[in-house]
This record gives sequence, structure tokens and C-alpha cells, in this order.
Amino acid sequence: MTGAQLPPDRLSYLDLMREIEDFLYAEADLLDERDYDAWLDLLADDIVYWMPMRKNVSFEDRDRETTAEDDLAWFHDDKETLIKRVRQIQTGVHWADEPISRVSHLITNIRLADPVASLGEGEKLTTNCRFIVYRNRLETETDILVGRREDTLVRSGGALKIARRKILLDQSVLMAKNLTMFF
Amino acid sequence: MKSTLQSARDMVDIRRGEISREIFVNEDIYQEEKEQVFARAWLYVGHESQIPNPGDFFVSKMGEESVILTRDRAGKIHVFLNSCTHRGMKVCRYDEGNTRNFVCPYHAWSFGTDGALIGVQDYENAYQPPFDRSEWGLIEVAQMANYMGTIWATWDGDAPSFSDYMGEATFAFDHGLCAWDGGDGGTELLGSVQKWIVPCNWKFVAENFAGDMLHVVSHRSVDMVKLGPSGEEGRRDDYGKIILTAYPEGHGIFYGVLPLSPIRTEYAMSKVTSEYFQHCWEQRLKNRGDLAGTCPIVGTIFPNMSFHAQQPRTLLVSHPRSANETEMWRAYFVDKQAPPEVKQFLREYYMRYAGPAGMTEQDDMENWNYATAASSGTIARRHPYHYKAGLGVGGSHDAVPGIVTEQPVTSEQNPRAFYKRWAEYMDTGSWDELLDAQKTPLNAQA
Repeated sequence: MTGAQLPPDRLSYLDLMREIEDFLYAEADLLDERDYDAWLDLLADDIVYWMPMRKNVSFEDRDRETTAEDDLAWFHDDKETLIKRVRQIQTGVHWADEPISRVSHLITNIRLADPVASLGEGEKLTTNCRFIVYRNRLETETDILVGRREDTLVRSGGALKIARRKILLDQSVLMAKNLTMFF
Repeated sequence: MKSTLQSARDMVDIRRGEISREIFVNEDIYQEEKEQVFARAWLYVGHESQIPNPGDFFVSKMGEESVILTRDRAGKIHVFLNSCTHRGMKVCRYDEGNTRNFVCPYHAWSFGTDGALIGVQDYENAYQPPFDRSEWGLIEVAQMANYMGTIWATWDGDAPSFSDYMGEATFAFDHGLCAWDGGDGGTELLGSVQKWIVPCNWKFVAENFAGDMLHVVSHRSVDMVKLGPSGEEGRRDDYGKIILTAYPEGHGIFYGVLPLSPIRTEYAMSKVTSEYFQHCWEQRLKNRGDLAGTCPIVGTIFPNMSFHAQQPRTLLVSHPRSANETEMWRAYFVDKQAPPEVKQFLREYYMRYAGPAGMTEQDDMENWNYATAASSGTIARRHPYHYKAGLGVGGSHDAVPGIVTEQPVTSEQNPRAFYKRWAEYMDTGSWDELLDAQKTPLNAQA
């Protein structure tokens, strides 16, 4: 089958998916290359960046497995706080990440929660993906953090921006001493 | 100490302000600590607001061991070892919830929320003559106490009452865990508990909160980005003059004393929060009088419960896992009567301050991690740590109890008092000896 034979909606959907995948991969590269200022530019001004905690609950209570939005979390940041986190790393005296850590973001299983064929200016959509965030620090200190992400993307000035990020880390007791990295 | 190890008091030289690195890295010493410290001392277990209703439970830890904090059907609070009396399986593997009973997954023994053994599989056929089920309930702590909503327990029936154990340090809770207006409104936990693992000895955490004034410099990066709730320089709003207080029971508390006028302006980033705190401050002046401006900033209750009493307000337990691994459990608390917008603002401020993603605490954990690691070597262990700041200084204060050192003097008296008490626990066999040992003055260890 050639591209020309695909229905226009299908082509348009594939084009949008390609754009979204490129966007998420490019974002991961900015973080791993420590180009934090460029990364901040990808975030909408009213972004909600939220990593709830996970609990050990029964199957019956699985709705309560994840801490609610008004509960404690690992992160629950607005853009101002995310900017402060970046500025803290950039001070050069943030000892938790100085010397700098080596981080790789592997992003996979990307799909649209509700597939659409296009995303117009000001419109939003939700993507789901999985991540592996690998951090290696100093000599042998290594963290491998795995989970799911639910990102709300918005088209703004023609480009994609992240309007909301919900991060579901697959750990209950966090097995990393700190979270200096972004997800 | 009962083993072949050298006396703990030989490793903790309070008069010279030198402490052996062995106590931070030696696995044999850690094994002794479990017996001598954690099986005897009063330990923080949880908060009554985590179990408001009959049948509620919250799984906590005492030292390395899992315990269940429950409120039984009659409303009484208990703390049980989370291990079936039949074959040891964890009877509860949920973090929290509400239940009629705990049914062991292994052989289906079941226990009420009051700990009573109420169900034994095939009881009539398997046990002839029948055994006395009342003797095989869940293993309960020897003593339990509820102080201003905080629940404490000890495995040692000979331990003094919680009130005697706290000694004069209760003053810190009276002024630090209360509602911010100094009245009777009370405080509650702000939701769930953060739990995370840090590769460090647990005593680094306890010592840090007992009053390590000199580590403030390690937080320069967060001070530079202005984390404080008023958006000004620093990571907190002003807490006034610092007073360090140490106690013979091993506790250490750091107070801030603010002048009673002018009216405090705090939390300027949130109008409604700022107004709430101004209202509280006016009430606090009425409720607490001359002591209104006196509030603990941080402290450690021996051995491993620490707290922030203002900006942020948190409860922290550094549960040991081994000589070089600690499981941190942090809960956050607020005034019960605070408006929802205030709780929301504080929740967000607390989270960006403390916890593993907290912009302040991240740097602490790096320090504790690599201080433990770099002290483990053969050569490193031959050289003691230096705790000489403010040696010989320390008097009394008319408003705040304990051995007191005030700014501008910087002192390590609180860590010294903590380790003096730690060594006494490690070296003594009975509570009589232990209570006797705490009478030795801090500046003149025997």
C-alpha cells in the first residue's frame, strides 16, 4: 500500500502522531543534554506537573492506589517552581546534582488517548506513554525509574506545548534517595 | 555493651567533642543498636488523624520492623507487630484502610483490630486439647502514648512513661505541634506519607534535625533561588533569633524566637495564607503571651523522630534498614481549622521544600549518603568526627528549657547530647542504669 492510497484522515493522523513522537523524543533529548532553558520553553505557562505517590491497596480499592490531587505527591509543581528547580541546578552549588548526573529518558508506547486527525491552534489532546528514566551519578550510583506518563499537549503559536503532565512511577517506597531529575 | 565491641562511651568522647566513625558504619554496632536502642526507646508510630474511625489501620514501622497502628471497634488505639503469631507472615500488606479483621494469607489465622486471635483454621479438629487462643493474639507493644495526636510506642515494659521519656522537651511539642494560633484547634496530617530510601546511617538524619546549625551553608543553592513562601531571599520566612536546646534524654531542639511586634508578615506569595497567618499571630499573642514568638524550628526526639514545627511543618522518622541504609518517612501537618486554600498553598510549599523532590532536602541526602560512604574505609574509620563547636558553652534560659546556647554562638551541643545518650543506651542493661547515666552533665562526661 502506498501513502497515496490511505484515506486523508488516516494520513493526517499519522502526520500528527509523527509530530507528537518527534516532540516527545526531542523533549527527552533536551533534558538529557541538560538544555533546561530550552526545555522550559516547551512548557505551557499554566502547566501542572504532577507525580502522585502510589500505595499498596487491595484490588477492590484500586481507585485509591494513587494519591489524589489534593494529597501529598512526589511533585506537584507549577511553571514557577519548575523554573526554580532549573535555576537551582544552574547555581553550580546544588550538591545533589553537582557534579552533574548522567540521565537518559527512554520514551515508548506512545499513543493518543482519543485519536484525532489534527490539532488546531489552542486545541488540546492527551497522550499516554511509558518511560524509563535512568540516572547514573558519581561512580556507581544508579537509579532506574519506570512508569507511565499522561501528557496533555496544546497547540500554541503553531507548536506543541505541554499543558499538563501526570507521572505514575511504579514504586511505592521510592528507591531513589532524591528526585533531582525531571520526568 | 554486651558484645565484644568496645564500650560505646569510649567511641563517643563528649568532653573532647570527638566521635568514632565506627558508630556510623559498623554493621555489628548497628545490630547492637536494634537491641539496645530500638527495642527499648519510645518510637513515633503515626498520627491519630491517620486512623479516625473504628477499624481504621495504618501500617508503620518501629525500627526495621513492620507494625500496625489500629483503632479497634471500640475506638481504642493499638500498635501490633505485623507478623502472624502462627508462622510469622505479615498479616497486613496494605498500607492503610479499614477492616473488621486481619486475615493471614498463609494459614488463615485471623485477628481482630484489637489484636485478639478470633479465627484458627480447623481449630476443633487440629488442636486437641484446644489451645488458649487468648494467648496467641497479635504481639502488642508494651506501652503506647498519644501526645497531641502523635502516637508513640515502646517494646520495653520497663521504660519510663512517655512523659518522663520526653522530659522538658515536651515544651517543644506544646509550642510546635499546636494550632498556629496557640489555641486548642489542633493539627492534622496533610494527607499521605512520603517514604523513600537513602543510603546513609540513620543517625545522620537524627543529628541533622537535632540541631546542626553549621550545615545551613549546604543549602545555598535553594537559598539563591528564593524558595521561601514570601518569595524573598532564602528558603523560609524569618524565624527570628535561634536558640539551641539539648536534653539529657538525648533530644535536641532548635528554637526560633521572634519579637512580639511588629505583626509578622509571612506567606506573602498567597494573600489568603498570609491573612490566615496574621490572624493566627494575633490570636497567638493572646493565647501565648510572652511566649508567642517562641516556636521550635526543627528538632529530634531520641532516637529517630524529627520534626519541622514551622514553615514547613513536618514529622519525619528515619527508620534504620542497615548500618548504611535508612528509610525516611515524612508526613506533613497543618492546622485542622485552616481554610482549604491555605492547606493547598502549604501542601505545595512543603513539597517543594522537603521530601526526595524537595529542593532543600535533596542536598541533605547527598551529604548523608557520601558522608556514610566515605567513612566506611579502613583508614577513614581510624579518624573520629569533629564535634567541637561550642564545647563548654551552654547554660540556661528563662523562657526555654534544656541546656541552651544562643546565637551568635554556634554550637554542636545538640549532636553531642544526642550521642552521649546514644552511648548510654548502648552501654547499659537496665533502665535504672540508663536513668542514672542521664544525670551526668553534658559537658563533663564520666
